[in-house]
Amino acid sequence: MRDWRFWLAGQRGALLAFAIFVVMFTIYCANHPAGFSVNVVETAANKGVLLAFVAMAQSFVVITAGIDLSVGMIFTLTNCLASALVIGSPLSAGLGVIAVLAAGALCGAINGLIVIYGRLQPIVATIASGAVFFGLALALRPTPGGGVEETLADAFTGRLFDTIPASLVTLVAVAALVWIPFRRSVTGRAAYAVGSSEPAAYMSGVPIRRAKFVAYTLSGLLAGFGGLFLTFFTYTGDAAYASGNTYTLFSIAAVVLGGVSLFGGSGSAIGAIFGALAFRTIGDLLFVFDFDPLWQPLFQGVVLLLAVSISAFGLLRVRNRLDWFG
Amino acid sequence: MSLAVKNARPSLWRRLDPAVATAFGCIVLLLFVGSLYSRNFLSPEYLLQQLKVASFLGVIASGMMLAILIGQIDLSLPWVVTVGAMMSCAIGGHGTWGSLLAAPVGILCGIAIGLVNGVGVAYLRIPSMIITLATNAVAQGLMVVYTGGFSPRDSASPVMRYIATGFAIPGLPNAVLCWALVGAVTVILLTRTTFGRAIYGIGNRERAAYLSGVNTRAIVVVVFALSGGASAFGGVLLAGYASKAAQSMGDAYLLPAIAAVVLGGTSILGGKGTYLGTVAGVLLITLLQSILSVMQIPEFGRQIIYGVVIIGMLLLYGRERLLR
Amino acid sequence: MAGAAPLFTMAGISKRYGGVRALEKADLGVAPGRIHAILGENGAGKSTLIKVMAGVVAPDEGVMTLDGKTANFASPAAANQAGIVCIFQELSLIPDLSVADNICISSPPKRFGMIDRKAQRRLAEEALARAGASDVHPLALVKDLPLSRRQMVEIAKALARQPRILILDEATSALTAADVSKIFVVLKRLRSEGLALLYISHRMHEIAELADECSVFRNGRKVATYEAGTKSDNEVVELMIGREYVHAFPPKPKFANTANAPALECRGLSWTDRLRNISFNARAGEIVGLGGLDGQGQRELLLALFGVLRGCAGEIRIDGVAASIQSPKAAKAAKIGMALIPEDRKTEGLMLPMTVRENLTFASLDRISRGGFIDGAEENRLIDEMVALLAIKTAGVDIAVGSLSGGNQQKVVIAKWLMNRPRIILLNDPTRGIDVGTKQEMYVLLRKLADQGAAIVFYSTDYDELIGCCDRVLVLYDGAIKRELVGDEITEKALIASALNIDDPARAS
Repeated sequence: MRDWRFWLAGQRGALLAFAIFVVMFTIYCANHPAGFSVNVVETAANKGVLLAFVAMAQSFVVITAGIDLSVGMIFTLTNCLASALVIGSPLSAGLGVIAVLAAGALCGAINGLIVIYGRLQPIVATIASGAVFFGLALALRPTPGGGVEETLADAFTGRLFDTIPASLVTLVAVAALVWIPFRRSVTGRAAYAVGSSEPAAYMSGVPIRRAKFVAYTLSGLLAGFGGLFLTFFTYTGDAAYASGNTYTLFSIAAVVLGGVSLFGGSGSAIGAIFGALAFRTIGDLLFVFDFDPLWQPLFQGVVLLLAVSISAFGLLRVRNRLDWFG
Repeated sequence: MSLAVKNARPSLWRRLDPAVATAFGCIVLLLFVGSLYSRNFLSPEYLLQQLKVASFLGVIASGMMLAILIGQIDLSLPWVVTVGAMMSCAIGGHGTWGSLLAAPVGILCGIAIGLVNGVGVAYLRIPSMIITLATNAVAQGLMVVYTGGFSPRDSASPVMRYIATGFAIPGLPNAVLCWALVGAVTVILLTRTTFGRAIYGIGNRERAAYLSGVNTRAIVVVVFALSGGASAFGGVLLAGYASKAAQSMGDAYLLPAIAAVVLGGTSILGGKGTYLGTVAGVLLITLLQSILSVMQIPEFGRQIIYGVVIIGMLLLYGRERLLR
Repeated sequence: MAGAAPLFTMAGISKRYGGVRALEKADLGVAPGRIHAILGENGAGKSTLIKVMAGVVAPDEGVMTLDGKTANFASPAAANQAGIVCIFQELSLIPDLSVADNICISSPPKRFGMIDRKAQRRLAEEALARAGASDVHPLALVKDLPLSRRQMVEIAKALARQPRILILDEATSALTAADVSKIFVVLKRLRSEGLALLYISHRMHEIAELADECSVFRNGRKVATYEAGTKSDNEVVELMIGREYVHAFPPKPKFANTANAPALECRGLSWTDRLRNISFNARAGEIVGLGGLDGQGQRELLLALFGVLRGCAGEIRIDGVAASIQSPKAAKAAKIGMALIPEDRKTEGLMLPMTVRENLTFASLDRISRGGFIDGAEENRLIDEMVALLAIKTAGVDIAVGSLSGGNQQKVVIAKWLMNRPRIILLNDPTRGIDVGTKQEMYVLLRKLADQGAAIVFYSTDYDELIGCCDRVLVLYDGAIKRELVGDEITEKALIASALNIDDPARAS
């Protein structure tokens, strides 16, 4: 009887993010002129999926008690790559997709190697690698351009059975095929162990290096999915520094909203997905309430500030002030 | 003889952090490489120009250094810089009072944002990375509303322009003087005051500092306030230099500020670092960016070289200990 | 099974950390079916020896053999595979993972490449039962468990690995008496099954009950191996410290000074479920001891007095005046004048990378400064005074405090607080992990401070210290004062009886 209670406690962060998202989305649909229609869901999904992929990517690294400040640049780089490679015949487009995803994974792997063998702190290592990835993106696309195999793009951004957005289906599929096996594998558990307490993980004989390497590589792969989808939506590759930077910072916000601890060792990519969707919906809410779009950035910022302050309520329960410190 | 006096000042040579020495070594290397490319590179006018450009980053990085020393980080830098610039320009237009109060008001805005950050980190125990991101977003939102989404129309006051581009000491740009002032205050704070001791203690082990009866929370708040103030001051200087503020003008300073502090030997985990190192890091970053532009390397090449150099230098002296 | 061939041997093992020689040509033989106790001071090399055996650190020189063949362990995982499992003092449990995950952390049962959770849970339940800890739920997160349960999980985890050699490094320090007996039954059964067991502990009565043979380490090498029971406690201690052991405690004043109002008094102090209605007082000139098993609230009591705990009910009075202490900063203020020597000097007492100078002055920043600016001359004067007073052995005051020995580090912690001229001194097990010579110096210092008018509250896990140093001892059990022993009433028997919550039948009610 008590078993489900343990599971519930473990999923608390993700469930909270899910609840927040559902509440926000309901308010959104309730006030949207078109209501809860397929179009509305599709537009929302298309916008949310991009951040969801990048947030998932960030969560893999954050679980190992790291941080990836290059994830937005991998997103941008794979976007530009896709605009050059995912073209032509179905075969070449398919190969292009694989190449783009592999490139994303490679970027992640490079981050992993620098952190593991270079023994550099992730925050500074990924600042630097982010600059390199962006440089490569800029080299590829000095100006926005390129194209994409359009039927393929439309297939992924359209609808399945005329109702469910294909982007959402892809997101769920990727989560199921990448996150869940990772979570249940020895390597995935090792990633949690490393984030929770690296010294204890070492003493327990946990494969620390493998865990970190896989986490960073999968992170790059997921960011690659995001970049690929951006190309599907926009039909172009654009090396936009501001956009990449924004995605990086928003991914951190999404991850925190999704209940993943920045100290590592707890949380899940599913929570990060809902955190991302909730974060995106915040912006949409303004539109629906006819607020001046001028106020959107401020509103988004204030909501983010309030959301992260909610965790402070836990402090009221703290009885031993030494618990404030790690 | 007193043990304390006998060992009070180990020789400068022994005290020099290898990281700082490497940073200065790289500066020399960069100057050499630059001089190979163009003889103008070593001319006093050019070097002075570089010093002036470095001053803006230097002022901003001073604040970031304090935040990193206590084991935190201030990601609200981009929009605090912009707020400092925009608010000072906004006040600057209102007659003589406005002209005089422009810079202080701008800095005060930065301090206010810093206080919010500090309270969030110290009293609400929110990780600094996330709360400074949030305040950054709020600051951006406020400025977007204020300017109506357009480029700000206010221009810098004459006083601001003087602080940034004037020559109080003939031959020495005022901006450099400002950096020197901020630097002197920071050095004194860190090395000669109990506040500075407390900062290093908190960065090393906040738990032990707390149990020693130090009011760690108040100190964290003050550090973030200083960081915000320094960023805003940088923004005021930049606005004075360009005669006006611009949207997103602070974005280009966040990563260089962090890189400058870290390349100067300050540990990103806190508790260790000297201001001399930050000076070296700022000069290094500025020279690097300058060489890349003199060599007319396209933007993409600059980004790549920038990133590679940072990783390379960190591999030299920023590596963690092996667990075994 | 006396005389069995050694299963595992170490010969000529040396290990240096910087300039410190942790092990110097140490050797050891471990035979199956025997419990081998290892004794020695902290710093004698026991922990390093164990870490070499368990693959956590690599030796600089020396040879190890397992089953007669040379053995080299590149990592803890490799040692585990060879059948050597160690239960460390610093727990190796992952806080954010469940008990089941932790027990099966290294080679969990798998299905289709993924962890088989059901099988894993069954394995965990078996291991917990074997360790006598069936009350622990396998799905509970380790960070939510109290320390005693965590130690039981650590033991279960070790047993689940089917070890051939099991090493316990102070593995029972936080366990209740009931847990300890359960563990001993398990260990004795494992011995009869042919396991080789290494047991490191400071508790002589545990070693007396368990061990078949004992080895004493001193200064990084083994100085003796003998069959259990063939040496007296005094002889063993002399082996450990290398010289004649004299119970040297400074004399206690004959009559307690009852004239003054108590410097420190607390009435009805309660906090969550860890402190229940504690009332006691400490007068100037008195050393009041806190006794009892680990984890009965002694640590929490000291923290509560020092202003670290929130939500304390009850009253604290300083010199008869009620005081509300909400932070260490308030506690150390001149009006109250408290000092706390914390439990763990490495994480709570010192900033190891910072210099001796910076650490020494950290609690007295106001005294060495004027208007916020540090007065170098005053700082030097106070530092010299403290270094002399406590005889701190250091090459200089501008070197990192982390390079000092454990005893000298602890002296720095105490000096840091004495610089502030406290009137009430709280000490949380200050001599844990300190060499005997430094301990003696501390006892003399504490009595001197008391004679100078300080009120001292002294928590110790060492019965000899409580008997030798304290004027009165309060024995805590489950957060409440079980018994107060005064003067000659403080005996080992009385201390143990009250600690275990046994009523002493000889005592009149």
